Amino acid sequence: MRYSGFRVLQQAMTGHKGWQPAWRDPDPKPHYDIVIIGGGGHGLATAYYLARQFGQANIAVLEKGWIGGGNVGRNTTIIRSNYMLDGNEPFYEFSLKLWEGLEQDFNYNAMVSQRGILNLIHSDAQRDAFTRRGNAMILNGADAELLTAEQVRREYPFLNFNNARFPIKGGLAQRRGGTVRHDAVAWGYARGADRRGVDIIQHCEVTGFRIENGICRGVETSRGFIGAGKVGVAVAGNSGRMMAKAGMRLPIESHVLQAFVSEGLKPVLPGVITFGAGHFYCSQSDKGGLVFGGDIDGYNSYAQRGNLPVVEDVAEGGMALFPGLGRVRLLRMWGGIMDMSMDGSPIIDRTHIDGLYFNGGWCYGGFKATPASGWCFAHLLATDTPHPTATAYRFDRFERGRMIDEKGMGAQPNLH
Amino acid sequence: MIIHHPFLGPCDAQEFTYLGDASLIDRPDGVTEGAEAAFYNYQYLRDNPAGLHRELWFHEQGDRSWLVVTRDTVTHEITSVELARDVARAKGRSA
Repeated sequence: MRYSGFRVLQQAMTGHKGWQPAWRDPDPKPHYDIVIIGGGGHGLATAYYLARQFGQANIAVLEKGWIGGGNVGRNTTIIRSNYMLDGNEPFYEFSLKLWEGLEQDFNYNAMVSQRGILNLIHSDAQRDAFTRRGNAMILNGADAELLTAEQVRREYPFLNFNNARFPIKGGLAQRRGGTVRHDAVAWGYARGADRRGVDIIQHCEVTGFRIENGICRGVETSRGFIGAGKVGVAVAGNSGRMMAKAGMRLPIESHVLQAFVSEGLKPVLPGVITFGAGHFYCSQSDKGGLVFGGDIDGYNSYAQRGNLPVVEDVAEGGMALFPGLGRVRLLRMWGGIMDMSMDGSPIIDRTHIDGLYFNGGWCYGGFKATPASGWCFAHLLATDTPHPTATAYRFDRFERGRMIDEKGMGAQPNLH
Repeated sequence: MIIHHPFLGPCDAQEFTYLGDASLIDRPDGVTEGAEAAFYNYQYLRDNPAGLHRELWFHEQGDRSWLVVTRDTVTHEITSVELARDVARAKGRSA
């Protein structure tokens, strides 16, 4: 069923009795051409683009829980392409362009809202760094705009401009950045993939790979063996555990990142703002809650919940920037498991095992990458060659000294 | 999290900074054959287990000792704390 305004009106007249489930609940077939492990944003997007863009028909997505139950439903919903390095910026700009046409493409309302993102500047050195980054963005076809403190004040008059330690000296704005309703991204891709014949198999946990003579023949699951011509892994925080089943160690550590949402407020925050002197970022959801977060907790974790020191740190960052936050009550907080890579950038690559492909290491920036990650992983799975914007995301870049280290932190995953 | 320091007793984890997997103690010999591959493994690859994890914490805001903490990455429960010095000595790495 195609969704449209007319359909909503028609259903409203007939008591909304005609809606169908948005995707099927099929039993696994014994063999698929391509099996994607992980029914999150990236896995579902990969299946969708494989079917829509690369003409693949015989695909399954395996998910141990329910689709969209992991990081795609736990992030802070921000989209942007304000990276600097050559290996990253073309990829993230490709992603932002896909976001711009996404809803028409998969016929689902994902509430893509290009309300803009503003990175605040608090020192002269930071203005230089952000000017350079803005220029790198423009060179790669993205938009960037350097704002003075006065321009920032016109748009965000409630920020603390006179903070003695962290005065606001300007900002780097990307007007095309914004927010997206994250659950709808998973559902939209799932529905779009399902309509093109992809089997989305929930409650099907992959327990191992069947590897014969260096070739991956399929996966062992809680619902039996499923044969596959190719297997693509897109399991985010569980990357290390999953690839260990294939005997691989990854340049990845799993860490917990917390996020927070306040009680609903009237519209106060027009776009996404980030504090440049600490780590705090905030936007307002369409329901009115302020959605915000900060640093990862900093130690390996699979717990999907964090500890209080980071809560305090995030609250301090928020109060330094936005003192009005102090009167707002917190509604919910939660954690997600981030696959933190050794240089802060992702991996979309083949493995040394034929037929086994890996997509991961998204750190805490995976949501904005969802469309391009799916497209590029689909490109790799379908053609065995990397997409032109994802050629740098190789496994061997660490061994070859070709790190893509935006923050310049070195091989210390909890600092990226 | 509370880390039970062998000398100082219970300490808030906030007094510490975290480095990572305790295998970072096992720095390879830089002049043997295959040192390049060994350093790649040492520097970049991790077991990243879900469950018990031995890891290095530095008591930066305390006595500045390095500790090997055994912690469950699923529950955050800490089951043992040793001085990294003792662990390294037991491996014959330190005088």
